[in-house]
Amino acid sequence: MTGIATAPNTRGTAGNAVEVHGMVKHFGTTKALDGVDLTVREGTVLALLGPNGAGKTTLVRILSTLIKPDAGTAFVGGYDVLRQPKQLRRTIGLTGQYASVDELLSGYENLYLIGRLLDLSSRGAKARAAELLERFSLTEAAKRPAKTYSGGMRRRLDLAASMIGRPQVLYLDEPTTGLDPRTRNEVWDEVQRMVAEGSTVLLTTQYMEEAEQLANELTVIDRGKVIANGGVAELKAKVGGQILQVRPAHPAELPEMARRLHESGITGATISPDDGLLAVPITGEEQLTTVIGVLGGRGFAIAGIDTKVPSLDEVFLAITGKPTADPATAPAIALVKEPVA
Amino acid sequence: MTTATLAPTRAGDTRAEDPRIGLAGTLRHVGALTRRNLMRIKADPESMFDAVLMPIVFTVLFVYVFGGAMSGNQDDYKQRLIPGLLGQTGMTLALAVGTGLNSDFQTGVMDRFRTLPIGRASVLLSKIVAETLRALISSAILLTFAFILGFELKTGVLELLAAVGLSLVFGMSIVWISMLLGMAMKSAQAVQGVSMLVLMPMQFGSSIFAPTETMPGWLQAFTKVNPLSALADAARGLLNGQGPIAHPVMVVLIWSAASTAIFAPLAVARFRKRT
Repeated sequence: MTGIATAPNTRGTAGNAVEVHGMVKHFGTTKALDGVDLTVREGTVLALLGPNGAGKTTLVRILSTLIKPDAGTAFVGGYDVLRQPKQLRRTIGLTGQYASVDELLSGYENLYLIGRLLDLSSRGAKARAAELLERFSLTEAAKRPAKTYSGGMRRRLDLAASMIGRPQVLYLDEPTTGLDPRTRNEVWDEVQRMVAEGSTVLLTTQYMEEAEQLANELTVIDRGKVIANGGVAELKAKVGGQILQVRPAHPAELPEMARRLHESGITGATISPDDGLLAVPITGEEQLTTVIGVLGGRGFAIAGIDTKVPSLDEVFLAITGKPTADPATAPAIALVKEPVA
Repeated sequence: MTTATLAPTRAGDTRAEDPRIGLAGTLRHVGALTRRNLMRIKADPESMFDAVLMPIVFTVLFVYVFGGAMSGNQDDYKQRLIPGLLGQTGMTLALAVGTGLNSDFQTGVMDRFRTLPIGRASVLLSKIVAETLRALISSAILLTFAFILGFELKTGVLELLAAVGLSLVFGMSIVWISMLLGMAMKSAQAVQGVSMLVLMPMQFGSSIFAPTETMPGWLQAFTKVNPLSALADAARGLLNGQGPIAHPVMVVLIWSAASTAIFAPLAVARFRKRT
């Protein structure tokens, strides 16, 4: 035990629900994780974003004690993945890409079983199962075998199963992969509810929209390496800034507006007379204020004004120079948009 | 450690060590998982077909199709066959453990279990408990059917229980081999296929169905070392009150001990690696 005491940061930092340092994992000659650092603060949602094969699931499996890392340290709820796996397991809930429920058992029996395995009393396990079935709108289907459930019901049962032990940290490994948009929205609603109740969530996803919907913070991972890190808005600002779109009441004034802006030191404005829009790239609040001041001061009548934030697809493209997911497997919602010029 | 707080004890502190799961906890986990295995049977009664129907099919088929030809009359053949079938019950059902284990690994269920704070052995033990129950049901059906057909127990209940017990002991030693198969093969069907491939020659290359004296020398050499022959001989001795008992029982026990000594560590090591 003395060797461990010399290592810095042996139990993680208070306030961090998940803390990963220098995580490395090989599968044969493939480096699935190549020195990943990652932190999830308590009570927040971190989206781990990356294409297929980026190493997302490998990381979640290490953090769930399902596989062992080759190098690096990881703490979840302050527990060491290698030295305290059993205690760590009490603090986590995992919902995988593939619903890990017993198809032959009813929804109720699935939840009851897990309650018992988590050392709830027989009565406690029954009550908790009933409570979660109710919450996930599965009470009516409670007695039916899980194999008769729809995809969305199955995923909800899986979420319910991972909630039984009231975990501090919830891993959602691509929770909506393969679901239709309606079912996906159901799952999102559930996740948002859990987050509102204070769960810490580590979410892996290939879908930009999902990360935007659910996460506070974002870690972008590609080929086993973290390539970007930060708040969702922060990361967008870092990569692309914003685009201000101004719609004048009189489209004929567009060229004049652009000229005035140029005179005031705002460059790069483009006009598209067909759409009746003036587009100005801006990098901060001051520029936004200047543009509004110039246009308003000159007495142009403005019918509409809007800022457009680059999508996460565009963020990813800007960082890695390649689209997020294989277009053949990417769902419609993750369609890669044109990069911001 | 009753509370899982975000500020656990210092590294190196003994309280930070992972607590062992006590006997009561293990029993509770095995109980819950056994219940799951039994619920699975209830949900899929067809999975009991082999345990329920095989003894009946084998008895009818062999007693009436081959019995007359082999023993001159069916009554004598019944007395020969039934103890042999009883003897092999344990092994037949032990082979099902691997298939079940394989399908648990295929689906995400095993991952779910492995993220729960339970002992690794609990999943395995619960499989063994459930298969033992199945073997007992299978034996009960075989005996009931045998008595209906006119099988005579020439000794007593104790001897009968000893024969069932011996079959289960041998079955337990085969569980480890079955587990290894279950973890090595890619699909549950493959496990089942290979299990049959192991089972069939052992069943038929034994003294269960026919006296070995008419077999060619090389086959006799195999039947002599085949533990199922010893099992059948022991069961016959125990149920019919004729022939040696001590020697075949010893042979079965030695086989069981050897199989467990070799395959249990391998199976457990492989299971640990997978989990």
